[in-house]
Amino acid sequence: MADNPQKPVASTRPLSPHLTIYRWPVTMATSITHRATGVGLSVGAVILAWWLVSISNGPEGWQSFHALSDTPIGLLVVFGLTWSLVYHFLNGIRHLAWDLGYGFEKNLAERNSMMILVGSVVIAVALFALAWTGHGGYLR
Amino acid sequence: MNSAETPLHKVRGMGSAHSGTGHFWHERVTSVALIPLSLWFGYAMLGLAGTSEVTALQFLTHPWNAILMGAFVVFSLWHAYLGLQVVVDDYIHTAGSKIFLMLTIRFSVIAVTATCLFAIVRIAIG
Repeated sequence: MADNPQKPVASTRPLSPHLTIYRWPVTMATSITHRATGVGLSVGAVILAWWLVSISNGPEGWQSFHALSDTPIGLLVVFGLTWSLVYHFLNGIRHLAWDLGYGFEKNLAERNSMMILVGSVVIAVALFALAWTGHGGYLR
Repeated sequence: MNSAETPLHKVRGMGSAHSGTGHFWHERVTSVALIPLSLWFGYAMLGLAGTSEVTALQFLTHPWNAILMGAFVVFSLWHAYLGLQVVVDDYIHTAGSKIFLMLTIRFSVIAVTATCLFAIVRIAIG
């Protein structure tokens, strides 16, 4: 099996400790969440395309979009995308800071991780609360 | 120093993948562009929450908003393309699946971008 040398090697050699061995520090959680929200937002881009097309199709298109997005499941998806964007935005800024050499110190990295996890939920809930209490829609 | 690298190859700095730090760099450039664009997008989405299609239509008919929405779409999907490539690179190790997924991602990103831009233009001039 010259084209797939990984299989026999993987079965005979010991593996170095991997994900399942370590306890989960919060930095590991924020790392995989960044990737997960990124993939989620990629799917969200399809919904953005659908939303834009629905607007371009006039009132009927708009209504067909909102018939789905205004359902409980639709709102849950919109909330998930809102939180994902807020999270990916905040943690993305942290990634840029890392690229510049800041924020690697252990305690600081753990503190920032907690701040981003909690902060992203708070901001997403606040955005929904603003919309729900009639503070959105200011472009009317 | 003995090296199999030619001086030209070394000075170009592209390495064995022939692209150097291009992927990494474009991911950073698009993320920097997306900081102001995402803030604008959030402002727009909250401002349109609970309004009718007339509001959304009028908002996107304004040239600045159409341009910003177009820029947000292009940079978002470019960034998504680069990010999804890394996910496939990290988890998929068989050549066939990898090529299939990379092509699927590439074509999907282009299709979604084209659809968004067409809709934005249609709204702006229609």
